[in-house]
Amino acid sequence: MNTKKIITIIFFYFLTISNSYTIEADVFIQSTVNRASKILSENLSKEEKINQLKLIAEETVDITGIGFYTLGSVRKSLDVSQKKKYTELFRAYFLKSFSSRLSEYTNPEIDVLSKDVLSENYTIVNSLLKGTSERPEVKIDWRVYTKNQENPLIRDLIIEGLSLARTQKEEFASILNSNDNDINALFKTLKEFSNN
Amino acid sequence: MIKKILIILITTFTLTLNVNAGSDGDLILKKNEPSEVKDCFEKINRVTFALNQTLDGVIFKPVASLYKKLPSPARTGVSNSLENISHLLTIPNNVLQGDFLQAGINTGRFIINTTIGILGIFDVAEYLGLTNYEKEDYGQSLAKYGVGPGCYIVLPVLGPSTMRDTVGSTLNFLGGDPWYNVTIGNDTQFFKNSDYYYSKGAAGVDFRAKNYDSIENLEKNSLDFYASVKSLYLQDRQQKILNSRKIISTQDDSDWEEINQ
Repeated sequence: MNTKKIITIIFFYFLTISNSYTIEADVFIQSTVNRASKILSENLSKEEKINQLKLIAEETVDITGIGFYTLGSVRKSLDVSQKKKYTELFRAYFLKSFSSRLSEYTNPEIDVLSKDVLSENYTIVNSLLKGTSERPEVKIDWRVYTKNQENPLIRDLIIEGLSLARTQKEEFASILNSNDNDINALFKTLKEFSNN
Repeated sequence: MIKKILIILITTFTLTLNVNAGSDGDLILKKNEPSEVKDCFEKINRVTFALNQTLDGVIFKPVASLYKKLPSPARTGVSNSLENISHLLTIPNNVLQGDFLQAGINTGRFIINTTIGILGIFDVAEYLGLTNYEKEDYGQSLAKYGVGPGCYIVLPVLGPSTMRDTVGSTLNFLGGDPWYNVTIGNDTQFFKNSDYYYSKGAAGVDFRAKNYDSIENLEKNSLDFYASVKSLYLQDRQQKILNSRKIISTQDDSDWEEINQ
């Protein structure tokens, strides 16, 4: 009887500990958005803003995962060294493109509204970018990868129902199609973008 | 005996319709999947796209930039007015898609906004609870009837489209658009031909101004701007056809699941 009680106590103890590290997807998004908003509203140079946004992106976005999703079925035909090269080039491209897009906004106000748990691995967090006199309000959904509940990661941004990852996937497919599926052509394009 | 045959016929017909209805959503979703839409005329499309970009740089972008400087209430008024006119095309398409409730709501919206809202400048209907207006067109109605998108095409000035959506737009000029009918199609005393062209031009400028930063941003950060615009257009059409703004309704999750393995 005593052993059973002890086991039960230990079980609940570990359950409590593991729960205490779980980060809910909606809380994760609101905190990420707040961090980005703070940087964008601060009196910093554009370059400083971009550098700080890059740090946030590296912590909160699954850049490698998005990279492989974006590559589509071509990823299956890459060897190890090509995958490594692609991962590096995509990371540089993504961080430049992401921070450049965000740095244009000044003091964006985003409210997290709700979430849809799709599966153990994915939750969609629904949010709203408040409208200003310059632009209308915009619905933004976030695809959060929740496999590791202690460290959720963003995998897609869905703006008014339009997926950025999907758009990028089709953009990459177009580059590959017009170059006979030669991965080196994509490498070259990614490199040129990052170096410009 | 005739009564029995009629009952059997009606029952069979109803069942067939129900079976179709069950699979309709999936079928429409599959048919309109952006990656499945063929770019049969890519070379010509890219040339037309470049021409449109030049036109945008020379006309739409500068005009939209000036339009953005108008006070916010003025822009909202123009936007509301144009949206009010679009009800004239949406309502017959609500009916064609069998959405009679929405057709009624949109008719109410149009009457209220045209009268109390002073030619649609004020969206009074929204204050009265007639919200969630979604534009409908003949391209969407054809899609609901199971017509596939056909090839992707870029039209001069008008921009991205598909074969089906182009046929849908043509129907506007063949009596399908009441606004076209009262301005150009028929010689009425109340409207001039130019009213139609002004309204279409203003709608283009209004759209460009609302999406000014997004378009600039997209162009600046795209590796292939043509492919990005094509993808966004086709995703948008797919959602409009399904009347859904939820990505989970239009995106196959296996895409994502595969990279976890």
